[in-house]
Amino acid sequence: MTTTDISALAAALRAVLGDAQVISDRQELRTYECDGLAQYRVVPALVALPRAAADCAATVRACVDAGVPFVARGSGTGLSGGALPHADGVLIVTSQMRAIREVAPADERAVVEPGVINLQVTRAATPHGYYYAPDPSSQQVCSIGGNVAENSGGAHCLKYGFTTNHVTGLEVVTPDGDLVRLGGRAPDTPGYDLLGAFVGSEGTLGIATEVTVRLVRLPESVRTLLAAFPSTDEAGAATSAVIAAGVVPAAIEMMDALAISAAEAAVRCGYPAGAGAVLIVELDGPAAEVDAQFADVERLCHDNGATEIRVAADDAERALIWKGRKSAFAAVGRISPDYIVQDGVIPRTALPEVLRRIAEISARRGVRVANVFHAGDGNLHPLVLFDDSVDGQAEQAEEVSGAILDLCIEHGGSITGEHGVGMDKAKFMPRMYTDDDLDTMQLLRCAFDPRGLANPGKVFPTPRLCGEVPGRRRGVHPLQQAGLAELF
Amino acid sequence: MPDDVLDALRAAAGGRDAVRPADPGDAVAGVPPRYIAAPGSTGEAAALLRAAAARDLAVVADGGRTKQDWANPPRRLDLLVSTRRLTGVVEHAAGDLIVVVRAGTPLTELRAKLAPAGQQLALDAPLPPGGGGATVGGVVATNTSGPRRMRYGTARDLLIGITMVRPDGVVARAGGKVVKNVAGYDLGKLLTGSYGTLGLITECAFRLHPVPTARAWLRRRAGDAAEAGRLAAAVLASQVVPSALEVDATPDGAPEVAVLLEGTPEGVAERVATTRRLLDGGTAADDPPPWWSAYPWRTGDVGLRLTAALSGVPRLLAAAGDAHRRHRLPLAVRGSAGTGVLYGGLPGAARPEAVAAVVADLRAATAAVGGHAVVLTAPAAVRERVDLWGPVGGLELMHRVKAQFDPDGRLAPGRFVGGI
Repeated sequence: MTTTDISALAAALRAVLGDAQVISDRQELRTYECDGLAQYRVVPALVALPRAAADCAATVRACVDAGVPFVARGSGTGLSGGALPHADGVLIVTSQMRAIREVAPADERAVVEPGVINLQVTRAATPHGYYYAPDPSSQQVCSIGGNVAENSGGAHCLKYGFTTNHVTGLEVVTPDGDLVRLGGRAPDTPGYDLLGAFVGSEGTLGIATEVTVRLVRLPESVRTLLAAFPSTDEAGAATSAVIAAGVVPAAIEMMDALAISAAEAAVRCGYPAGAGAVLIVELDGPAAEVDAQFADVERLCHDNGATEIRVAADDAERALIWKGRKSAFAAVGRISPDYIVQDGVIPRTALPEVLRRIAEISARRGVRVANVFHAGDGNLHPLVLFDDSVDGQAEQAEEVSGAILDLCIEHGGSITGEHGVGMDKAKFMPRMYTDDDLDTMQLLRCAFDPRGLANPGKVFPTPRLCGEVPGRRRGVHPLQQAGLAELF
Repeated sequence: MPDDVLDALRAAAGGRDAVRPADPGDAVAGVPPRYIAAPGSTGEAAALLRAAAARDLAVVADGGRTKQDWANPPRRLDLLVSTRRLTGVVEHAAGDLIVVVRAGTPLTELRAKLAPAGQQLALDAPLPPGGGGATVGGVVATNTSGPRRMRYGTARDLLIGITMVRPDGVVARAGGKVVKNVAGYDLGKLLTGSYGTLGLITECAFRLHPVPTARAWLRRRAGDAAEAGRLAAAVLASQVVPSALEVDATPDGAPEVAVLLEGTPEGVAERVATTRRLLDGGTAADDPPPWWSAYPWRTGDVGLRLTAALSGVPRLLAAAGDAHRRHRLPLAVRGSAGTGVLYGGLPGAARPEAVAAVVADLRAATAAVGGHAVVLTAPAAVRERVDLWGPVGGLELMHRVKAQFDPDGRLAPGRFVGGI
C-alpha cells in the first residue's frame, strides 16, 4: 500500500469515526506493534478506535473498499500473536467500546460491548448473586471481545466450560462490513450454529461488537486446598484419583518445583518449602455437596503421598493460594531474563509420561522448563527459560518449546488449549490436522471472508483460494430475475 | 435390468450387501430414495459419496430413523446413506473422561458401554412414545436435547471432535479427543444441528461425566402457568443447582413442575429438603415422572420447539394456554423451564389452518420473549401450509456456508432453514 493510499484511507476513516479515533502517527502506532506475545512486532499502517458497532462496520467497509486487511484487537493480552498487526492494514481496537449494556439476572444473561474487561462482567453481576464463569489468568485486563475471538478458558473451565459455552448471542461485523446477529438471549436459535463457529475463530471471521453472555449463580460454598507432594508423579496420581472418584472439581491446578520457586520469589505465596509439586484443588457448589466431597479429596491427596495439606479457612487464604498460581507466568521473570509460555494439551492420563519426556528434553538441551498446568484437563503451560543476551539461547528455547508441542500431538492432544493458534502456531497446524482438515476449515473462512481481509496470516499456514467472491447482494440476483434460480 | 449406478455404488462402498435398491419404507418425509447404502467405515462412506458426487446423486443421511419425519422433505433424493454399520465405540479413555464413537451407535448402546466405568454421555434423547434407537450421529445432526441440558449443556457443548465426509467425498476432522482444544475452527459446532446439509457425520468424540451416586426427583403440581413460573423462578434463584428443572403443562389439568437433583447421597438429601421448602411442598421420588424426557407428541402429530429468554418462560406458558383456548386445539407444552426450551404438541388430525394459526400465535409469543417457534415435525398437509423454521437471522451467511460445503446442493437439499 502506498503512502497516498494510507492517507486516503485515514481521511475516509476520520470522516466516519472522528479525528481522535484514527491514529496515523508513526510513534503512536508503535504502541500497538505487538500483543501479549512481544517477540512478534509489526507496526500497523493505521489504528482505528471505533466507539460504536456502526463505526466498527464502517471501518471494515472502508478497508474492503480499499482492499486493505484489518486486524481486531481488544486489550492486546493474547499470547499467540492473534492481534499482531498487518503492516499494510488497519488495526481495529475495540477498547473504547466498553459499556455493560444490561445485566439481566432473571435471564441469567449480561449484554456487553467487546471492550469490557472480563472481570468487570463478574463485578457487575455479583450484586445480583451471579458471575461470569470463564476466568483466564489475565481476567483483570483482558476483554470479552478478545475472549470471544480466542475462546478463552481459565482455571475453572474444567467444571464450567470455556467462553464458547458461555456466549449465547453476538452482534458481529462480517468481513463484508455488515452487522449480523448470531444466536440470542434464548438457546437453540434455528439455523447453523454460526455463533459456535465464530467463537474461537481468532478474528478471521469478523469482529464481535456486542456479546450476550451467560451468568452463573454464585456458588453457595467454595472450598480450596493446597497439597504439597514430593514430585509431579504423586501430584498426578492424586489428580487421577480425584477424577476417578467421580468428583468434578471447579479447578485442579499443578505447579512443579521450579514454578513454585519462581512464584515464591515473586509474590511470597508461602507454598510449602521443598515441595516437588503442589496441587490446588477447588470445589464449589451447594454446601452439602462440597462438604461431602471435600473430605474425599483431602483423603485422596493424603493417600497419594501429600506431605502437607492446607485448607483455606477464608477468602483471604484462598486468594493467597491462588496468587501463586495466577502470577506464575510473570513470576518466572524473577528466575529467568526471558521465557516462552507454551500452551499444549494432552490426555490427562498421559501426564506422567509427558512430564518425564519434557524433563529429558530439558536436560538434554540444557534448557530449564518450569511447569504450570490445569491438571484436570491436561492443559500444560510449560515455561521455557532462556537468556536472550546469550547467543543461540532464544533459538534453543524455541526448539524445546516446539518439541513439547510435538509431544502433545504425539499423545493425541492439541497444540493449544486456550491461547489460540494466532501467528505463533499456524506452522504447527499441519502437524495436528491433514491438508483436507485444514481445507475444510477454510471453507468456513471463504464463506465469511472470501477476500481474505480479516486477520490474514493467522491460524492457517496457507490461505485457501476462495474462488469467486460473492458480490454484496443488494438487489435481486440476475439469475433469480431471469427465473433461472430460486433464492431462499 | 442392469443398473450401473447401483453397481458403481456397490463397488465404492463395500460390495453387494452394502447397497440395495430402496423400498417404499425407506422414504424420507414422504420422498422415496432410489438406493440405500450402508458403508462400514469412514473410508467406505467417503468412496460412496465420491461415487454419488460423480453421478450428481442427492444424498440424505439415515441413523435410527427416529427423526426422519422432521424438517422439510428433501427437494430431491437419490441415495439414503444409513449409518447402521458405522457403530461401536472406537475408544473409551475412562481416565480422561472421553469417548470416541461411530455415528450409527444408538445412544442406549453407548450408555450401556459406559455404565460399568461409572461414566455417561450426559445427553438425553427425548422421543415420542414408541420411538427408540436414536443414534449419536442423528442426535448431533438434529441437536436434540433433554432435561439435563440445564446442567450438562447440549450436544454442541459435549462434542469435542468430529469426523465428517464432505459431499465431494473428502474426509475431514476437526477438534480432537481432548476436552480443551482451541486449534482451528470448531466445525463440530457447525455440524451440530445442521440436519445433514453440510456433511455426513461418521465419528464423534465427546467429553463424559461421572454418573452421580445419588439422584432424586421432586414433583409439585401448580395451580396455573403463573404459579408454575413462580416455582421455577424460586428454584433458579436458589443455590440447589438442579440438573434439570422441567415443566409439564397438559391441555387439561394443572401444570406440574419437576426438579432433578444429582450428587452425593448426603448432598442430595439436604438439597431435596431445601427444594421442597422452595416449592412449598412436593413429592420426592427416586424415579422420574412418567412424562420426563419425552416429547409431548406422538408419531404423526405436530411437534414444536418453543424457546424463550429464561424470564419469559411463564409468559410463554401463558401464551400457550391462550392459544389452546383461542383455537380450541389441545396444545400440550413441556420442557426445560431451567433453560427456556419448551416443546409443544398438537394432534396430527388437527385442521392445518388451525395449526397454522396456533403456530403464528406462538411465533409472536416466542419472539416477544427473545425466542423462536420451530415446527420440528408435522403431517404433510401442515408442512404445505406452514413455514416450519420461521424467521431465521444470519440467513445470507448460512447460504454462503452451504454453498462452500455443498456447492451442488446435493446434501439433504431443502431440508433446512431458508430452503438450504
